[in-house]
Amino acid sequence: MQALYAQLLVGLINGSFYALLSLGLAVIFGMLNIINFAHGALYMMGAFVAYFLLNLGGINYWWALIIAPVVVGIFGMILERTMLQWLAGLDHLYGLLLTFGIALIVQGVFQNYFGSSGLPYSIPDQLKGGVNLGFMFLPIYRGWVVVFSLVVCLATWFLIEKTQLGAYLRAATENPTLVRAFGINVPRMITLTYGLGVGLAALAGVLSAPINQVRPLMGADLIIVVFAVVVIGGMGSIMGSIITGFALGVIEGLTKYFYPEASNTVVFVLMVVVLLVKPTGLTGRAA
Amino acid sequence: MSALTDDTLPMTPRAMRDEMIVFALMAALLAVVPFTGIYPFFVMQALCFALLACAFNLLIGYGGLLSFGHAMFLGTAGYVSAHALKVWGLPPELGIVVGTAAAALLGLATGYISIKRQGIYFSMITLALSQLLYFLYLQAPFTHGEDGIQGIPQGHLFGIFDLSKPLVLYYVVLVGFLAGFLLIYRAINSPFGEVLKSIRENEPRAISLGYKTDQYKLLAFILSGTLAGFAGSLKVFVAQNASLTDVHWSMSGEIVLMTLVGGLGTIFGPVVGAFVIIAMQQYLAGFGQWVTVIQGVIFVSCVLLFRRGLVGELAHLLRRSL
Repeated sequence: MQALYAQLLVGLINGSFYALLSLGLAVIFGMLNIINFAHGALYMMGAFVAYFLLNLGGINYWWALIIAPVVVGIFGMILERTMLQWLAGLDHLYGLLLTFGIALIVQGVFQNYFGSSGLPYSIPDQLKGGVNLGFMFLPIYRGWVVVFSLVVCLATWFLIEKTQLGAYLRAATENPTLVRAFGINVPRMITLTYGLGVGLAALAGVLSAPINQVRPLMGADLIIVVFAVVVIGGMGSIMGSIITGFALGVIEGLTKYFYPEASNTVVFVLMVVVLLVKPTGLTGRAA
Repeated sequence: MSALTDDTLPMTPRAMRDEMIVFALMAALLAVVPFTGIYPFFVMQALCFALLACAFNLLIGYGGLLSFGHAMFLGTAGYVSAHALKVWGLPPELGIVVGTAAAALLGLATGYISIKRQGIYFSMITLALSQLLYFLYLQAPFTHGEDGIQGIPQGHLFGIFDLSKPLVLYYVVLVGFLAGFLLIYRAINSPFGEVLKSIRENEPRAISLGYKTDQYKLLAFILSGTLAGFAGSLKVFVAQNASLTDVHWSMSGEIVLMTLVGGLGTIFGPVVGAFVIIAMQQYLAGFGQWVTVIQGVIFVSCVLLFRRGLVGELAHLLRRSL
């Protein structure tokens, strides 16, 4: 049973990353009509920024949790201003191709300097060790990742669904021209939205650094799984992305325990099943 | 949704004549390659990728469907052909048939699943499906995992043509490429191709005119997958191995890149693009990961600066259809 709980926890952690990443993809898609293929590369950049901060500047994990998303978010906003914004009005697929190219560039540059092996990033002192819950041993850092990701996801949901800014954002997703007519600077909102989505990816990268090591290709395979998550959950609802992300992580964890051979493929197989049974995805809204 | 290409007009006799002239030129140029001293292995490899890119272009350029998983057809046909030749000891012609048939079946299954969603979702689904196959092949015993299937016997095609002779192999690959190219050309200019273009331009209107667009899309997907598989089976004879690289997502990306560089929705673009990218990889092989970076830069500059691609820009300048 110990092993089952341990795999469930791993599943919840992967689910946190799926949720944070698919949330960002959904927010970006809503505003920019672009599927951000560079999301995995930017997640990786988040982890690398944390690594640089610690090893070059001696700046600890807690600061990295704030600084890395801001740095990567600014990088993302520069990308949006210099490249992505020129794609407005073109076919969706150009956004996919452009961001795929950006992902190749970013990952290639990092691979050149850091190879393909992982760099260690140690768990911060405050979160070292674990607690015995009676039925299982819980490493504190892993518990922290799950709780913190959940809080960030819910905060993002609150920001978009319940605040004035979020209302502008949702309105601009529906009809940007009309929102502009009300005197709201929609292009700036689009840039900030991209920054926000990318920042969430970078945050996931920092969280994963002590668990998965810092590797140039750490986001390359992950982003494909996240795409499957997005296909399953649909990008129409924020809460839908969060729930689907965590749920699929847990299912993956259970698969690792009961049938480890299929743990790599279970999310893709589920995607196929969902497409056959309910082609519009779980949270409705056909695309 | 803005159009991908300029070519929405029906085929004129002049355009048809232009394209036939260019085709004859291309065939003649390729036929004399062995006598020019150009490394034939390079050209054979490029021809396989050119056919692959043409098959991919049938979907994106004429159906508006961006498949980000076309490596799965290349890899599947390659593995099945390699296995049939090496383990079952089938002759080359049957090895090719079996590999291509496997790709056709895969096209039916994956096409049925992925056309359930449109636009960007279609691309994500094809990518996820090819990743699913990648992991299956990684674990399946017959693919030999990381090692791949190596040392594949080339044998005698139809019992006559000795494929271990580079010159014979070259012309077999060339004939295969030209046949596949002509089949795609025929499909594009058939009534089927016209319906496909109408789906690309405006799917709801095509539906309202009574076309069962899902059937057309599925058929195009199967045709594209089968021809991509055919290219994969030919490639087995050239490379004499089948490995995981051919199923990886980065290979799917390269196929997209070739077609984008040459020109989406142009007839000769994918061929030009394939030669450009394969040549680039050949000459830049010593630069390691910088090749990936350069590919990324080409992606970005193609999308931002010349979306028509090399052939598309040329055709636009000459006001011809190429």
